[in-house]
Amino acid sequence: MTTPIIEMNNISLRFGGNQALDDVSVNLRPGEVVGLLGHNGAGKSTLIKVLSGAYQADSGSIKIAGQEVEIRSPQDSQRHGVETIYQTLALADNLDAVANVFLGREKVNGIVLSEDEMEIEARKVLDRLRVKIPSLRVPVQNMSGGQRQTVAIARAVYFKAKVLIMDEPTAALGPEETAKVSELIAALKAEGVGIFLISHDLHDVFDLADRCTVMKNGKVVGTVNTKDVNHDQVLGMIIGGVMPNVPNAT
Amino acid sequence: MQNAEKNRPPERRSLLAALGVDNQLLTLLLALVVVWIGFQIWSGGIFLSPRNLWTLTAQTAVVGIMVGGMVLVIVARQIDLGVGSVLGFTAMIMALLQAPPPIGAGLNWILAVLIGIAVGVLIGAFNGYLSAFWGVPAFVVTLAGMLVFRNGTFSVSSFTIGPLDETFQILGGGINGSIGATWTWIIGLAIIAFVVWQTLTGRVRRQRNEFSVRPVWAEALVLGVTTVLILAFVIVMNSYNVPGTGVDNIPAVASGMPVPTLIALAVLGYLNWMTRATRFGRYIFAIGGNPEAANLAGINVKRMMVYIFMLMGFLTAIAGAVQAARLNSATPTLGRDLELTVIAGAVIGGTVLSGGSGTILGAALGALLMSSLENGLGLVGVRTEQQKIYLGIVLLLAVLWNSISNRRKGGR
Ligand SMILES: Nc1ncnc2c1ncn2[C@@H]1O[C@H](COP(=O)(O)OP(=O)(O)OP(=O)(O)O)[C@@H](O)[C@H]1O
Ligand SMILES: [Mg+2]
Repeated sequence: MTTPIIEMNNISLRFGGNQALDDVSVNLRPGEVVGLLGHNGAGKSTLIKVLSGAYQADSGSIKIAGQEVEIRSPQDSQRHGVETIYQTLALADNLDAVANVFLGREKVNGIVLSEDEMEIEARKVLDRLRVKIPSLRVPVQNMSGGQRQTVAIARAVYFKAKVLIMDEPTAALGPEETAKVSELIAALKAEGVGIFLISHDLHDVFDLADRCTVMKNGKVVGTVNTKDVNHDQVLGMIIGGVMPNVPNAT
Repeated sequence: MQNAEKNRPPERRSLLAALGVDNQLLTLLLALVVVWIGFQIWSGGIFLSPRNLWTLTAQTAVVGIMVGGMVLVIVARQIDLGVGSVLGFTAMIMALLQAPPPIGAGLNWILAVLIGIAVGVLIGAFNGYLSAFWGVPAFVVTLAGMLVFRNGTFSVSSFTIGPLDETFQILGGGINGSIGATWTWIIGLAIIAFVVWQTLTGRVRRQRNEFSVRPVWAEALVLGVTTVLILAFVIVMNSYNVPGTGVDNIPAVASGMPVPTLIALAVLGYLNWMTRATRFGRYIFAIGGNPEAANLAGINVKRMMVYIFMLMGFLTAIAGAVQAARLNSATPTLGRDLELTVIAGAVIGGTVLSGGSGTILGAALGALLMSSLENGLGLVGVRTEQQKIYLGIVLLLAVLWNSISNRRKGGR
């Protein structure tokens, strides 16, 4: 068995009186898709934000490719090859698509932004996602929800991550675009990228994920191999917090 | 925001869209023309005389130097209410340092200016640090600064300090404070050449990459208008003679652009480039658009905030030097109410007070409009106190117009 690319062990995080994460452990192997499931407010986004450097855990440890790491900022996380598509998209609404794709990592020639080069590159990634965006040079606040989501995805995909975190990446997408994202996930998986996929759509998760980790009230209910379980059993984990009686579950 | 694609009316490719010129900028230009013609009539033909226009550009310089910095501050969702007081404070320091003993320290004027600038930058750093790292709203920090530094200026000296070093006075556009006809032509033509070159190479590059380009006629029109405006500026500056020349058989010597105007143009030109073409500029706008996203993208938002306020302090101190040089003295009330003129200039120029949006070019025109009003009202004999009433009303109208046009655009 390969070493996990990500190991998060015993992560806990409190927001005031709210124990958002309580002794959470998950892991992810290269070329694997792990679905993170749970009801609203279960702590999924909070967990991945600890990995992406947006939050710092109160306790627990993170290993990347077997090495214990400190992730204190989004830069730290990016430096370790972790890219994140946030549920809120995290776009600067007043900037155009090109600026958003490259935000924080602009291509420069000396100190001057290489606008044309960035536009060409942005066009390439966006084309790969098959979303029609008439102009990449209008502020993203004037784009549709799906177009904005695609910009956020392009942003994460462009930088060739080793680990990709997708927090409800298809929430605003139509069926055709969702299918494209599924294709993209499959392609990245084949390239050996490890992916955390957060979604409320069980069909998607069953189609794409190798394993599912279910959370409830800040705790991990358990992790199962997707092929060993059916929808009802996973729903039981999400809603009732009960582990199904299947092999290899933890 | 997450709703599915809305049905949008098909895009009309209007004349303005083809020109690629901002609607707001055009309205501003129009307002400027109306104000100028109005004052020309009201003043009985004095307002648009070379002499008055020359004075106007020199007067605009102080606000012009600061207004670009204020745009950046506001774009980053901050405000600096202390610039008027800090200007007075730094100007007083520079005056005291260079004035001969026993009043001052008799320092070399360059050293005095450098120390003044350092003080301005330090004050800016302090403002930025308190608001970014300790969460004190910039509004409060700089309001406190406004009180502290105005009265700090009085504490340092409650008298007018002057006269100042003669070379220093050049910064203000006084005696020898203009660059002469030849240099004005050289700079004017260089700017035209630069604009033409930028437009052409940009166009060729965009075409090579198969990006959309403006129609040729639109490009030509914008270039043509820009060129004519620059040429007109050069000619007007050179039509004003150095005082005391051109009369009584003394041959006329064209004055040319005042040095403070040159400083303001250099500052505005640099900031305009910086906001469009560098990471630093890009990050300021990203922070204004969504500070959270900027942070998640790996931008050090807090440190950026400190830099932005430092830049504001730097520009304020330079403006202080220019103002003191213009008046050949520093007074404890120097720069009073100036923060309002600067903020008004930025807002009239289309900077949105809630952050994320604004242009240097717009703010430069906004500053010109503000000082045109001040100059014109003074010319027709409106007293200073009453002038400020009008300026207050103009500021209010500008903000109103700003929020109306933003609502129409569907912005915040
Ligand atoms: N910045 C914050 N400050 C305080 N509480 C927070 C913060 N972020 C999240 N929480 C709380 O932590 C808990 C977990 O939230 P989280 O966003 O991780 O849920 P989630 O599983 O992603 O839910 P959803 O499916 O709705 O996105 C919630 O109770 C939420 O209110
Ligand atoms: Mg969430």
